Amino acid sequence: MRVINTSEITDAVAKMCQDANFYLSDDMKNAFEKGKAMEESDLGKKIFSQLTENLKIAGEDMIPICQDTGMAVVFVEIGQEVSLQGANITDAINEGVRIGYTEGYLRKSVVGDPIERVNTKDNTPAVIHYDIVPGDKVKITVAPKGFGSENMSRVFMLKPADGIEGVKDAILTAVKDAGPNACPPMVIGVGIGGTFEKSALMAKKALTRNLNDKPTIEWVAKLEEEILDKINSLGIGPGGLGGKVTALAVNINTYATHIAGLPVAINICCHVNRHVSIIL
Amino acid sequence: MEKHIELPITSEVASSLSAGDYLYLTGEMYVARDAAHKRIYDLIEKGEALPIDLKDSCIYYMGPSPAREGQVIGSAGPTTASRMDKYAPTFLDKGQKCMIGKGKRSQEVKDAIVRNHAVYLASVGGAGALLSKCITSSEIVAYEDLGAEAIRKITVKDFPAIVICDDKGGNLYDL
Repeated sequence: MRVINTSEITDAVAKMCQDANFYLSDDMKNAFEKGKAMEESDLGKKIFSQLTENLKIAGEDMIPICQDTGMAVVFVEIGQEVSLQGANITDAINEGVRIGYTEGYLRKSVVGDPIERVNTKDNTPAVIHYDIVPGDKVKITVAPKGFGSENMSRVFMLKPADGIEGVKDAILTAVKDAGPNACPPMVIGVGIGGTFEKSALMAKKALTRNLNDKPTIEWVAKLEEEILDKINSLGIGPGGLGGKVTALAVNINTYATHIAGLPVAINICCHVNRHVSIIL
Repeated sequence: MEKHIELPITSEVASSLSAGDYLYLTGEMYVARDAAHKRIYDLIEKGEALPIDLKDSCIYYMGPSPAREGQVIGSAGPTTASRMDKYAPTFLDKGQKCMIGKGKRSQEVKDAIVRNHAVYLASVGGAGALLSKCITSSEIVAYEDLGAEAIRKITVKDFPAIVICDDKGGNLYDL
């Protein structure tokens, strides 16, 4: 068994919370450049220039790209040949979030109870998803999620008879309803299949996929391209102010499902699609 | 049309604006979002004194990230305005003239804009680092206990914002 002390995980999470909020990944930056070249409206082009300038200032001055520095979503893949020692891993991750959000001057946006709504003042707890995988490594992905776009996300429990056309309608409906609220140009994460909660989790995880990586299933790859074209014909545009580029990418994950169902989840993300990974 | 506007925005100024105008704002405005709106709304309902003067006021729907040493404010972009729709008509009826946020508004808010000769502007969502550079001062004036949701008074210089809803019933998102 390989031994990893969870204090290493705390340190990694603290750094990743900050990195994710100050710098976007190269695939996202490239998507901005591609979007700007594609955009035809003058106002849309101006918004793209502002977004590029915003990224530059954020990185140089270590000011968060967006003031909504998100609720910390953490994906953890633990190799089954790893023995974790030290503090409980959930506590260790939350300690990392606490340190990252405090030392990084990130906004504390979490309330401890959905109805009583008292701010926890350190952005904990995180939303953590664990997976046990083969091997002796631990992979951690930190994806701070803003709620302007999270609030516009949807789950549709379609019928099998609705088929792929029903899936397309569901995605387009969610994007149309989101409109300017979700800070377009958006990135759309989609989960098709599984159960109610599995579809939502797949949609969230789809947002963390590198935009240059294409799905291996042929119909999924084709659907991603087709639905992106359809979204970019809606006219919502950058900032919702009209234009061609409403979405930068559509990432779809799929899973087996029940004979009676066709769940489709759409997790909408703004143009600040933040995620950082590390392998320990 | 591009326009340089000095705050406060009065009814006369608001009436001169049309959906689609690109503004650069200079002057003082308040910053408040969900929790602060709820508290002020409750005070209005009870007929009690308010911690800020709403007459001819401009409220920026925003909750900044904390400022580092030497910075005026942290990241400072707009939040989704529709969450303030429940409160905005009452605020406008009490004299507020300008709202800054992002996203769609309810019919009740649009009606209150027309009735009160007010205006709703959007700034660029997710450009908080860039917008923070247009803010030259910031102080908390009420509800410090709300943290990022406290009410602030800020001074802005050439703060970019686009007119979404004007007092003629115009709405840029529908154009």
